[in-house]
Amino acid sequence: MKKNWPLWEVFVRSKNGLEHRHFGSLHAADAEMALENARDVYTRRSEGVSIWVVESKDITASNPENNGELFEPAQDKVYRHPTFYDLPDEVKHM
Amino acid sequence: MKNESLYKYILGIADNSLILGQRLGELCGHGPNLEIDIACTNISLDLLGQTRSYYQYAAKIKGDNTTEDDIAFLRKEREYINVLLVEQPNKDFAHTMARQFLFDAYHLLLLQELEKSHDMTLAAIAKKSIKEVSYHLRFSSDWVKRLGDGTKESHERMQNAIDSLWTYTDELFHQTEADIVMVEEGIGVDVTKLRDAYLEKVSTILEEATLKIPENKWFQKGGKQGIHTEHLGYLLSDLQYMQRTYPNMEW
Repeated sequence: MKKNWPLWEVFVRSKNGLEHRHFGSLHAADAEMALENARDVYTRRSEGVSIWVVESKDITASNPENNGELFEPAQDKVYRHPTFYDLPDEVKHM
Repeated sequence: MKNESLYKYILGIADNSLILGQRLGELCGHGPNLEIDIACTNISLDLLGQTRSYYQYAAKIKGDNTTEDDIAFLRKEREYINVLLVEQPNKDFAHTMARQFLFDAYHLLLLQELEKSHDMTLAAIAKKSIKEVSYHLRFSSDWVKRLGDGTKESHERMQNAIDSLWTYTDELFHQTEADIVMVEEGIGVDVTKLRDAYLEKVSTILEEATLKIPENKWFQKGGKQGIHTEHLGYLLSDLQYMQRTYPNMEW
């Protein structure tokens, strides 16, 4: 195909109560078709209860080149991580 | 055979799904793009799944160690009683979707009635299939609208497809002898009563798609009696090749 349909990102919620998770991307001419294609490509084995689609160009992404300034400062500030607390044994899921 | 009418009645429904499923299966790896390829083969698999349920039931009724595979693969062309519509070739994508839409609209109406059948097995198969076929109809309707109300070329192609397939739609509402017996017993669906709802559904979608309903009043028939168009033989030679070449092969 010479002129490709735009790219869409697909988010699927696998179970009620869980959040939508990025599943992958696909091509579609518009939102409605993107939903149907997402249903066929990603949820045909009943993987989901809800689908979001968003055109890839509408996503603003961080630039990997800026990873240093964006993410690294957090690493040398140990006090930002809650690692200095003694957790009682009864607390299981932290 | 005891229950011969029921046996034939089941094949009358199941053969449509088998042949349409096989037609869609031809697009596996050949769809217009990856997403549509997967969508068409998904629909094909839905239809084949339904076919299996029907054939397993029919095989039980026939007895003599008949299996679902015997029914699917080892009948002669004249013994298949699918409607002519479903055996028509894919040609372009407009033909594929028009054929799908013209069948889905009928299929859903049929299943909604079959769900009320006194035969519990048929009612259960219908109930399970309704969800699948509702999606098929949504998918094919969307494509009829999208192409009909699309570009000049897509509109022309979709109108051509509807025009050339329209002649096969009337047969959907013809009753066979098995139909009449099964309707009397509260098992079968009276297809003659589905025609009005069908025309209404189809007209609504075609109108939205800015397409014209063909005016021809001459309709093809014969599939339900085993008299087919030239296309079915080729389809069956693909479908049956493996069992004919390696009889009783299993995998």
